[in-house]
Amino acid sequence: MDKPKLRVATTSLAGCFGCHMSLLDIDEHLFELVGRVAFDRSPLTDIKHCGPCDIGLIEGGVCNSENVHVLREFRRNCKTLVAVGACAITGGLPAQRNHLDLGACLQQVYRFRDDIEDAAVPDDPELPLLLDKVYPVHEVVRIDYFIPGCPPSGEAIWKFLGDLIAGRTPRLGHALLRFD
Amino acid sequence: MTKQFLFDGQPVEFEDGQTILEAARAAGHYIPHLCWHPDFPPHGSCKLCIVKAGGRHVSSCALPAREGMEVESNTPEMNAERRALLQMLFVEGNHFCPSCEKSGNCQLQALAYELEMATARFNHFFPDRPVDASHPDVLLDFNRCIFCELCVRASRDVDGKSVFALTDRGIHKHLVVNAESGRLGDTDFSVDDRAANICPVGVILRKRVGFALPIGSRKYDGAAISVVAMKEGE
Ligand code: SF4
Ligand code: SF4
Ligand code: FES
Repeated sequence: MDKPKLRVATTSLAGCFGCHMSLLDIDEHLFELVGRVAFDRSPLTDIKHCGPCDIGLIEGGVCNSENVHVLREFRRNCKTLVAVGACAITGGLPAQRNHLDLGACLQQVYRFRDDIEDAAVPDDPELPLLLDKVYPVHEVVRIDYFIPGCPPSGEAIWKFLGDLIAGRTPRLGHALLRFD
Repeated sequence: MTKQFLFDGQPVEFEDGQTILEAARAAGHYIPHLCWHPDFPPHGSCKLCIVKAGGRHVSSCALPAREGMEVESNTPEMNAERRALLQMLFVEGNHFCPSCEKSGNCQLQALAYELEMATARFNHFFPDRPVDASHPDVLLDFNRCIFCELCVRASRDVDGKSVFALTDRGIHKHLVVNAESGRLGDTDFSVDDRAANICPVGVILRKRVGFALPIGSRKYDGAAISVVAMKEGE
């Protein structure tokens, strides 16, 4: 009998979807992957909320209140939670605003511009509130594993998932461990 | 008769005055290090070269070898301590490797790979450290300084210029430039100085050559720092 499929959820918080592109970049291994896992909440399925899962993959750091809710939802539901990529692990590019004052940043981007009349900082209640800083995900919830890289190569993601799915302790080793 | 000590269970010969690190290297054993450089006296600040000798943690770059010593270096315990030191260095500064010109050629990054550090684990400080682009040929990006004082030593002891210094203590420690304005452009610093070519990380950067080497051809892309350092005598 076939083994039951593992459930996998993925999300992009303050990320650029580059890590998801890298996941797709595992090429023909994708067939193998979908043979062994079923996707829960993910940009690939458009399921809106995460149910109980074996593995959760988080791309991107935590820059606003919605990111915090999604990350906590993943932590509550995923047995193994994995931070994927530089932004999830260090805050990455979005965190380059961390040494600036958030208010001043918003004014600079939205208000002080001549090309828009009545320029103002967007304040629609639908918009999630920005946090004072962009946080690496491990500073908000407990994270079980980290796959560095900007983005991690498809090969690194596949090696990691292959290990995890087979029940081995995932290990990238020197060749696949990269911060850029 | 030559004197010996045990390094990870293997006999290593040494001459009087040689440090543990020097003798181990001469015998072909790599010990991770950041503030140590073969051309300069030991500095003993980064503690990456930590080993256990006679049950005590010591800096192998600074401690002279002694007859019959039993030294543990490449052990899970010592490597875990080194990894924790690296993690502290990463969160203390701003190390956004994807946008760093030193990436691939950086000793801090290469040691993180060597010791399989996939996360900085601690909370990041995200300090505010403005860069200094005032010099025509050299950029200073203080965000990545690990306070090894190699530039300080090289500028003072080799170039005879004393362009750099570390100031303040503890968490407030930082690198300063010896000019009334505090700017590198107002010193006699030159891109050919030894100090311009010694930073193990991405602080002192030559302008107009960044990212010239493609990923794959950089210093630590192909081989681990433990291999490169022994081959190049670094
Ligand atoms: S100095 Fe080294 S560790 Fe720091 S950002 Fe640059 S490459 Fe990364
Ligand atoms: S600038 Fe570079 S060489 Fe100088 S103290 Fe900082 S890390 Fe060391
Ligand atoms: S290399 Fe020995 S303390 Fe830095």
